[in-house]
Amino acid sequence: MLAASATQYMEKAGAHITVSDLTMAYGDFVIQRDLNFTVNHGDIFIIMGGSGCGKTTLLKNLIGLKIPSKGDVWFDNINFWKSPEQQQEEIKRRFGVLFQGGALWSSLTLAENVGLPLEEYTDLGPAEIREVVSFKLALVGLAGYEEFYPSEMSGGMRKRGSLARAIALDPEILFFDEPSAGLDPPSSRRMDELILEIRDSLKTTIVVVTHELDSILRIGNNSVFLDAETRTMIASGDPKQLRESSPEPGVRDFLGGHARE
Amino acid sequence: MDIIHDSRLEFHNPDERTLDIVLAADWHLRDGIVAIEYVEQQLSAYPGITTIRIRENRITHWDTSLPVFITRLLAFCDKTGLALETSGLPDGVQKLLNMARSIPAATLTSRTNAAQGFFEQIGNMTLLMAHGMPQTMRFIGEIIMSFVRLATGKAQFRPGDLLLLIQQVGPNALPIVSLVSFLVGLILAYMGAAQLERVGVQIYITDLVSIGMVREIGALMTGIIMAGRTGAAFAAELGTMQVNEEIDAYKTLGISTVDFLVMPRILALVMMIPLLTLYAGLVGTLAGMVIGITVFDITLFEYWQQTLRALELKQFWVGIFKGTVYGIVIAVSGCLRGIQCGRSAQAVGEATTSAVVTSIVYIVLTASAMTIVFYKLDI
Repeated sequence: MLAASATQYMEKAGAHITVSDLTMAYGDFVIQRDLNFTVNHGDIFIIMGGSGCGKTTLLKNLIGLKIPSKGDVWFDNINFWKSPEQQQEEIKRRFGVLFQGGALWSSLTLAENVGLPLEEYTDLGPAEIREVVSFKLALVGLAGYEEFYPSEMSGGMRKRGSLARAIALDPEILFFDEPSAGLDPPSSRRMDELILEIRDSLKTTIVVVTHELDSILRIGNNSVFLDAETRTMIASGDPKQLRESSPEPGVRDFLGGHARE
Repeated sequence: MDIIHDSRLEFHNPDERTLDIVLAADWHLRDGIVAIEYVEQQLSAYPGITTIRIRENRITHWDTSLPVFITRLLAFCDKTGLALETSGLPDGVQKLLNMARSIPAATLTSRTNAAQGFFEQIGNMTLLMAHGMPQTMRFIGEIIMSFVRLATGKAQFRPGDLLLLIQQVGPNALPIVSLVSFLVGLILAYMGAAQLERVGVQIYITDLVSIGMVREIGALMTGIIMAGRTGAAFAAELGTMQVNEEIDAYKTLGISTVDFLVMPRILALVMMIPLLTLYAGLVGTLAGMVIGITVFDITLFEYWQQTLRALELKQFWVGIFKGTVYGIVIAVSGCLRGIQCGRSAQAVGEATTSAVVTSIVYIVLTASAMTIVFYKLDI
């Protein structure tokens, strides 16, 4: 099924993504080991940690771009990496991904970028696709920019355009890689608001990789903290609570909480 | 008129002025978007209606197809002057509609997407060429200045880069140059034999192959191979650097991109291509010898003697001179197209294509010009 259901996910509250004993490595070099966490339906789940701790690598393991060295990633009750390729493709169609630089296809206009998933995976006619594309672009505040090429848009606009493409098929799960990187504070706040509004209206499960403190505390309701030194996760849970009461001083410090004796 | 139905919409008329739309069933994008004609039909059946109310009673699933339908309905009501009450919509839909309306549509149009007429295209191409010419001239001027700086020891570049480029351009090209020149030598030998056998002078295959390969074809084949191999690589490399703003990074550091990137590439190719040309000529001659000995019963000694008689030193010089000219043409077009590249993946493709096409066109032009000039000068 391609589309997320407004009523279905209200009923479901349990685990949407489950990561168990995940170890990621490039060759012999271990990036992170023994990761265990659960993302629930309707969560805004933050993957956080300092630079170089493997946040983006973890995201690549979750969205099917990189095979983990060990461990499993479950979507509902399907073990992604143990599934046949065909089923993996089907699962991937339930995702939307916003890449760090936007990754809009430069030879296509914004409307063609957003329309391509609709052309490929729905039976809508060109006129209907145009309508849906215009609606999605209006959602991200880019109505009227249909015929623009990515090279004619600013970094922030490209990012929002990429968000419109990511939500084109009403995905069940949206992955964001550094959504506010390179955006000015108002644009960054606007991106956070968009993320919240998409979750609230479409009830999408959202996974965000970020180290922007403001964003983490504004939108996140669940999280995992990856530590670069010990190469494993050292905290998980609501970032606001972690900031106050995590036993790890490094986590409290990262989140701007008070260091305890 | 037949009344058509869609299971997703139900209509009720609580009074003469009001039409209630009850949303029902599953709204999936894959089933298409509900047509506004259903509502129009109802309105034409009950002409007194002034208000449409939306009530969500039996909806079991919705996705983007619902807000898009409501957007259609809003536009329709705007046009026909009907009042629309949307308070019965699911919360999420209401939120999405508010989001979509929160930022007004821009009324800009793209600069590049305007459709061009035939004459406009011709005009634009002319302007592009008129602008391109001085740009090319300036680029060539900068390259000459860069070589002047190189001669006076003031050019900024890293010798390590030059060595790496020399390796990529020279030794790494040997396998393909060997293959192509051997096969071309073989073709020449067979082609020549077909004619020369008739008059019983197969021995002149030797002259045909050795002079042909060393003087003309070795250089030409090497040039065309290097245009596809190295010219394209230069354009793609510099073009991608342009896309990644690496060229800008050099410029802001005050490093001349011509000194740092272009000059070493030209130097590497101009140093290597004479050697490759010479090599191609010799491999081609060898191919001729193999065919001559094995197929046309010429002895090794005969072939060797005849080759020594045919090949004067000037044939080598002509071949090397031509190869060097092609090398300059290839390196300059590759680097020029790379530096001129736009900032998208498509632009890199265009730059690479253009580099190869430009190289081959100029190789053929200079080859013809040189052949005629050498003939007139009796070289």
